[in-house]
Amino acid sequence: MTNGWVDIKNTDMMLIMGGNPAENHPCGFKWAIEAKRTRNAKMIVVDPRFTRTASVADLFCQIRAGSDIAFLGGVIHYALENHRIAKEYLLNYTNASFVVKDGFKLPEDGLYSGFDHATQTYDKSTWNYQEGGDLSGKAASAKSGSAQAAKPAAASSNGKPAPPPHLPENIAYDLTLQHPRCVYQLLRAQYSRYTPEMVERITGIPKDQFLKAADLFTSVRKDGDMKKAATIIYAVGWTQHSFGTQIIRAAAMLQLLLGNVGRAGGGVNALRGHSNIQGATDLAGIFDILPGYLKVPVPADTDFKTYLERITPKSSKPHVWDSWNYWSNTPKFAVSFLKAMYGDAATKQNDWAFHYLPKVDRNYSWTYIWDNMYRGIVKGIFAFGMNGVSIGPDSRKNIEALKKADWLVVGEIYPDETSEFWKSPGINADEMKKIQTTVYRLPCAGFAEKDGTFVNSARWLQWKNAALPLPGDARVDQEILARIFLKVRELYQKDGGKFPDAILHASWNYTNPLNPSLTEVAKEINGKALADLEDPVTKQQIKTGQQVPGYAWLKDDGTTSSGNWLYCGSFTEAGNLAARRGTEDPSGLGIYPNWGFSWPANRRVMYNRASCDPDGKPWDASRKQVWWNEAAGKWVGNDVPDFKADSHPKDHMGPFIMNPEGVGRLFVPLGAMADGPFPEHYEPIESPVDNPLHPQQSSNPVVKKFKTEADKYGTAKDYNIVCTTYRLTEHYHYWTKNNPMNVQLVPEPFIEVPAELADEMGIRGGEVLKVTSARATYQAKAMVTKRIKHMMIDGKKTYQIGIPIHWGYRGIAEDEGKTALTPANLLSPTVVDPNAFTPEFKGFLVKVEKA
Amino acid sequence: MSQATLRIQKISGHAGSVPGEDTQRGLTVCKLIDTTTCIGCKACEVACMEWNDLPFGETVFGNSYQTMPETRWNYWNLILFNEHERDDGTLMWLMRKNQCMHCAEPGCLAACPADGAIVQYTNGIVDFQQANCIGCGYCITGCPFDIPKMNPKNNRVFKCTLCTDRVSEGLEPACIKACPTGCLHFGTKEDMLDLAGKRAKQLRDHSNFPHAGVYDPPGVGGTGVIYVLHDATNPEIYGGLPKDPHIPFMVKLWKGPLKWLGNVAMVGGLIGLFVHYLRYGAKAREDEDINPGGAKS
Repeated sequence: MTNGWVDIKNTDMMLIMGGNPAENHPCGFKWAIEAKRTRNAKMIVVDPRFTRTASVADLFCQIRAGSDIAFLGGVIHYALENHRIAKEYLLNYTNASFVVKDGFKLPEDGLYSGFDHATQTYDKSTWNYQEGGDLSGKAASAKSGSAQAAKPAAASSNGKPAPPPHLPENIAYDLTLQHPRCVYQLLRAQYSRYTPEMVERITGIPKDQFLKAADLFTSVRKDGDMKKAATIIYAVGWTQHSFGTQIIRAAAMLQLLLGNVGRAGGGVNALRGHSNIQGATDLAGIFDILPGYLKVPVPADTDFKTYLERITPKSSKPHVWDSWNYWSNTPKFAVSFLKAMYGDAATKQNDWAFHYLPKVDRNYSWTYIWDNMYRGIVKGIFAFGMNGVSIGPDSRKNIEALKKADWLVVGEIYPDETSEFWKSPGINADEMKKIQTTVYRLPCAGFAEKDGTFVNSARWLQWKNAALPLPGDARVDQEILARIFLKVRELYQKDGGKFPDAILHASWNYTNPLNPSLTEVAKEINGKALADLEDPVTKQQIKTGQQVPGYAWLKDDGTTSSGNWLYCGSFTEAGNLAARRGTEDPSGLGIYPNWGFSWPANRRVMYNRASCDPDGKPWDASRKQVWWNEAAGKWVGNDVPDFKADSHPKDHMGPFIMNPEGVGRLFVPLGAMADGPFPEHYEPIESPVDNPLHPQQSSNPVVKKFKTEADKYGTAKDYNIVCTTYRLTEHYHYWTKNNPMNVQLVPEPFIEVPAELADEMGIRGGEVLKVTSARATYQAKAMVTKRIKHMMIDGKKTYQIGIPIHWGYRGIAEDEGKTALTPANLLSPTVVDPNAFTPEFKGFLVKVEKA
Repeated sequence: MSQATLRIQKISGHAGSVPGEDTQRGLTVCKLIDTTTCIGCKACEVACMEWNDLPFGETVFGNSYQTMPETRWNYWNLILFNEHERDDGTLMWLMRKNQCMHCAEPGCLAACPADGAIVQYTNGIVDFQQANCIGCGYCITGCPFDIPKMNPKNNRVFKCTLCTDRVSEGLEPACIKACPTGCLHFGTKEDMLDLAGKRAKQLRDHSNFPHAGVYDPPGVGGTGVIYVLHDATNPEIYGGLPKDPHIPFMVKLWKGPLKWLGNVAMVGGLIGLFVHYLRYGAKAREDEDINPGGAKS
């Protein structure tokens, strides 16, 4: 979240889309209700089904799963056409006025400039800003000049390969927004195709309903008024598509256009689906980042200097503006991270042990791991706190992969589908005997039996204590991991190995090495001074061994360590700030500065400089977050300013300090996105229609299908119904089906079927249905409902069905023989978003029959 | 249950004056359920079961998100889910937390012939005392909301106690405590009516619900559980919430003008019982926990 759960109470307008918070985040959803009750805030819900969230909405639109970009693009078009935009915000805080290189082409035919059909990738050199200065009002003469600027990217004269393109140091801009290639005009052109009629054809939302929603949402900027704020709230209904990241981009652009980012009650707010998913992401539970979102090294990073040069951005902006470019501090964060990892073994002489870090040579994301196991490349897997078979996609492929593995280690609190993959339906006794995988089941601790932090969607680190002792032989995760690690280290010590250094020299200074206390780990993540340090401005001193008070103290000379710079400040000499439970809220904005710790720097709303006008005065005096104090010569506020404290408003430093431009990106230059600088509507890989915008390029051009015999993809010819998957509030993933209380609330799996479809097929509620995709068949009882209606998609009558994901072949209902033992993700396709590599669980094709 | 601070206001089947009558009256307590902000998460259902130590029961799929068709003797708090199409074609998914309404004039209590089996405390809570229950089931007939249910194993009738054990200690009922959205409120009847009225007005003024209103039916003297409804003119759409509930005519007749007849019948019955005892002896008592709430007393 750019903002936070509690902050939602400050909003005037909510667009909830790609998420069902009443279902999946009922506790946090109280703040949405609070906004309705105390501010008369309006709630728009856009979803394939009329959900629990929709039941309390002011306006509901039923959308076809997978057509979100068309909807958001349509709202962007509506906002531009009706002047419902934050003009001053747009000019000063976004790249609307920046001029894009000549040669850049919009995807009228479905492709941006630079596409290579052979490799299915883009040459992104034209996805860049033009070098130059103030082109305001000089649109006519600009064309010829820019054509020259585009050329050097092609090849340099001395025969060497061209250096990778980088952002120009001095960006050309046109403050009149008239230049034909300024971002604003390109944006207008891009979304001029997303008319209400086109939105209706793609999404199935009737034009009048769409216009109602677009009018209501953009009404916060009616007549240019800047007081109101609107928020966008989403979850994995947006991420789980083969263009998921671009949906979120579209939301961010809409919020920038409306001037809603950085403001109380505004922002783009991702609701995380588990209590600590945010923490897992922050600590690099993903293959392509290190803790704190540092980029992971690749083989081309032959030394630390090369690595730092690649990952440290240089400031890029109009010369007359200022940009903090906070990521210019990357070397400090990276060296401190290496010091935390390898301690004294990391020295200036050995490049801070940079060579100990693995270099990522290919895609190691979730679906690729299972694909590699299926193809016999990955030989074993540790499955802790996740049920890989049930998660899918394509559970059958994952089961087949596990059959081929040498070993599987599962740390769980219940027997689950993964640890019992060899018992999955369809495997008979003979076949079971042939499975050679050795399965180790380790009894783990449940969440209430462990201490440590949860990091919630609002980026709050909240320490919790263990509520119960460990049952039986159960062990906490860190003990299991520590014992495995120390054993591996012992083997390296004894027997050597290809590359023992990274293991032998890893820092492991815990009081009990076999079971590190999470308090010690939390302190290590915060980091400490490795020498006496003094702040050059305030003269504040910290001594060797003391906890660093914040990331501004981190150094690139090896005198500090920090496991994750973003958590710096969470465990200082003042103690464990994540354990704080202060309920004071002096501003009434729900900031609660003394509750837990909100990264970064205990800041509750990110980019909050943008809550003020260019002069540093809050857009809305009743929701004052931060402001410029002329007398003190610095930024002050109720929240921690997300800005250079002493940067005077007249210096025009951009509020989006993590971008080298300092401004919010309507247009994303260069390689930040794999599939285009603007979001474009592409059809899901399995779609009922060809893309009405460009039938010849229907789906995302850079998305690659997997190629094993298990990877099958269906077409509308054989599979006529759109299917989406989701969770229920009564259950928690594949877990609570073992708990009688939850089972009583929803006893068995079901399939939500539109009443009209049920009538056509002669199905009644409770009858067992067979749902078949190109991969497999799923069976459960029908829940016939009016809450899903038919849609007209490009003139074609189309139905959607929905399947909750919770059941499989282990659990109370399963053991009692109440279900067909089919996990929902047997149906879902193995295809992923090209930016975040999230599988397309929402919006694939199936057919439905009576069982 | 701990009832030290609760004072009886009305009592079933009891001759003579109400114990403690005419002494100090407490404030009437009230639950407010705002159906317009209920998301049907069932936290109240779970809290009710856990606080009252209600045993798990089998449920079956019923083509709905609703846990079971109606409340049970051991399931006192049930959210009713109803899909409703408005005149303009838009859909509503109505969720109403259903439980004992704690009527000011309780039909169950009026119908009950057993001395002290149903009491109403001065704070308005209507509570069943299973130790005094004779299992006749008249309370079930007497309830216009179809709430009390009999445990077939011991012929005792059970329903929501409004968490008398919590309320008498100054706590809110368990369902209120668990509600994540704040659609449930607890306080004095006066305060709850005020809050409900304001919310209904807000819905009329700012949302598309011109008929929003408060459900506090006068036919049963008002209730200790009141609702804010999107459409107060049409409570039936919320899973059959009666528009104008009354104590059934036969109960009124039987407990009013015809009470003497019952007394004659009762004396006759007692004589019969005595004869039966002389002839067959005492009934062996089944030793089982009949009171699911007993563990918290």
